Amino acid sequence: MTTGPRTERLLTHRLARWVDSRLGTAKLARTALNKVFPDHWSFMIGELGLYCFVVLVLTGVYLTFFFDPSARPVVYDGSYEPLRGVEMTEAYRSALELSFDVRAGLVMRQIHHWAALLFLAALAVHLARVFFTGAFRRPRELNWVIGCTLLILALLNGLFGYSLLDDQLSGTGLRIVYSITLSIPLVGTWLASLLFGGEFPGPDIIERLYVIHILLVPAAIAVLLTAHLAVLVRQKHTQFPGPGRREDNVIGERMWPTYAAKALGLFFLTSAVLAFLGGVFQINPIWIYGPFDPAQVSAASQPDWYMGWLDGALRIMPGWEFRAGGFEVPNPFFPGVLLAGLTFALLYAWPFLEARVTGDYDEHHLLDRPRQRPVRTALGAATITFYVICFLGGAADVLAATFGLSVNAILWSFRVLALALPPVVGWVAYQLCRELSARDGVPTASRVTVREIPGRLRRRSRALTAGESATDRA
Amino acid sequence: MSDHPTGGRRTERAAAACFVVSTVAAIALAAVYWEGGQPQAEGVLLALSLGGIGTGIVLWAKHFMPADEVVEERPPLESSEEEVAAFTADYETGGSSLRSRRLLLGTAGGACAALGVAVLFPIRSLGPRPGRGLKETAYRAGDLRVVREDGSPVRPDDLEDGGFITVWPEGHTDASDASTLLIRFGDDQGFEPRPGREDWTVDNLVAYSKLCTHVGCPVGLYQTESALLLCPCHQSTFDVMRGAKPVFGPAARSLPQLPLGLDDEGYVIATADFSGPVGPGFWDRGR
Repeated sequence: MTTGPRTERLLTHRLARWVDSRLGTAKLARTALNKVFPDHWSFMIGELGLYCFVVLVLTGVYLTFFFDPSARPVVYDGSYEPLRGVEMTEAYRSALELSFDVRAGLVMRQIHHWAALLFLAALAVHLARVFFTGAFRRPRELNWVIGCTLLILALLNGLFGYSLLDDQLSGTGLRIVYSITLSIPLVGTWLASLLFGGEFPGPDIIERLYVIHILLVPAAIAVLLTAHLAVLVRQKHTQFPGPGRREDNVIGERMWPTYAAKALGLFFLTSAVLAFLGGVFQINPIWIYGPFDPAQVSAASQPDWYMGWLDGALRIMPGWEFRAGGFEVPNPFFPGVLLAGLTFALLYAWPFLEARVTGDYDEHHLLDRPRQRPVRTALGAATITFYVICFLGGAADVLAATFGLSVNAILWSFRVLALALPPVVGWVAYQLCRELSARDGVPTASRVTVREIPGRLRRRSRALTAGESATDRA
Repeated sequence: MSDHPTGGRRTERAAAACFVVSTVAAIALAAVYWEGGQPQAEGVLLALSLGGIGTGIVLWAKHFMPADEVVEERPPLESSEEEVAAFTADYETGGSSLRSRRLLLGTAGGACAALGVAVLFPIRSLGPRPGRGLKETAYRAGDLRVVREDGSPVRPDDLEDGGFITVWPEGHTDASDASTLLIRFGDDQGFEPRPGREDWTVDNLVAYSKLCTHVGCPVGLYQTESALLLCPCHQSTFDVMRGAKPVFGPAARSLPQLPLGLDDEGYVIATADFSGPVGPGFWDRGR
């Protein structure tokens, strides 16, 4: 780097000097520029989630300028003909206005919804990636726990988001939320009353969810996301095994400039996909559903995809509940509270459970390939199978209508499959892992050359040829 | 800066073209907005302008920026024994002075705990005590006419055999917990009243709560021939001829039945409240 008179005159240079002379940032900034990012396509998935969150915040802020989360009854007088003269809440009316009478309002609303769908998808796949590669092992248990919390917050905020609009579908969703809250033993009636401000539908729920949806949860997500990234920077990335890659180093691209540019490009491309989806593919057409009427429900009411497993679990659950001495544990408690609670409890506990069972409390920075850990991979595959069956159960009525089958037959099949298929898939995954790793044989150590470059980093030659001596350690 | 410029002249032009496309799309986006807006065009143009920048940057990065792999050492995360010892020493220096004031520690802790409990109380303001509301409906007044959504009362012959309508207690058509299914069954459908409810029907009319006993969705679908009520939310199915007991799906309880009668003018009335709390179950439902 030359610092001649020409660079000194640059505005950016002068600005950097101004900041540095007050905060002494040059050393830290240089560390940041040289942060090493190992390269693998699967490492981008979490990044995708981050970009979706940025898009969610940007579009969401715009939406708040027009949406009014009020239960005040009004008569619709906007530009959507079929609903003129219909009585509805101000919340639903302002959502219609936002969609039809605010320029760019509909595209913003739809980008927001698509971004939420993709956000949850990115989080789910990122979770699976971290699980199947063992990236949660020591020292990264903390980031696993933060990540699980982020997933729960994202799920809830998605649900709260589409529940705000007070259309027929969202009202049905809220009623189910109310009933699940009500089902909690001992405190359920109190919780439901405090959350909804009384009996369902309750006058306050939309305004309350609004504050939660646009302030509390996003703030919590932003804080935890920052913590997630801070821990990642502190602990540095994991990497897959490969030539020269060891537990005590990390090999990859420096952040500046190539990786930063690629990341920025990925952000723009993610936003582009979301903009395209939001512009061209209709999502949550609330004007078709109509305003919420507690006495009505439309057939084929389905939640957004990430709540599908819970809705499906509600459907698949046989008609059991427990009653004794005038007290009861109602049916929705088991899928709605117990299953959901167990799911996340197990998720949180997994790194600690696995360490206890395998006795492996060592630090790991080199990732597993899924095939190298047949038991973990089998358990993961079986678990995913269970939730996929639940998810499909949530579409039982649609499947029945589409394929001309009886709903009862489909639900019975799912009840059986939910219990029978996971072990089968697990066993197949186990055998597959064994076979694949046997075929791999013992991984052969490749040879690497490394030459010194100034600072803590050493540049690795691009072409690796057999016969070169392994001098990857100074 | 000729570190690893793998890209040639054509790649550079392609990347530049991306940025140009993006610029044009952005201008078109502004024009579309100015002309009144059109969601599809807005989405596509926004996608083009974002995607143009994204593709351009990625091409630039891939072909004209250094692509060298580097090795970074991974120093141990754990602090050294000396660092831990130094920290402990510093902490103890201050900490021992804190611990020696037992009285202050105890009372300060107590004060914080008390404050913590006290600030929980305002949560109570969020909603009323869950009382009889979950167990009663407006029908409890007794001898109320059942009316349609528009408030009109119902005569038995308003419904044909196999017909069904949704009704509410008169004056309470906005009470969501009192929505009721009024169903007329045929003589040949074999209606079997529950013991003790033999006089709860009039002229082949039977009434059940419309709220599913599973999670409270309106049980909106009626299969006339099989006399089955189906909840569209989670596919719970109830047998109208057998006291609306659940025959399939997750619901575990029958739909509560409404005792019917006729008033002097021949309109259908509900003589009392439902046979039990309506809608989803809760902890002390049976108390």
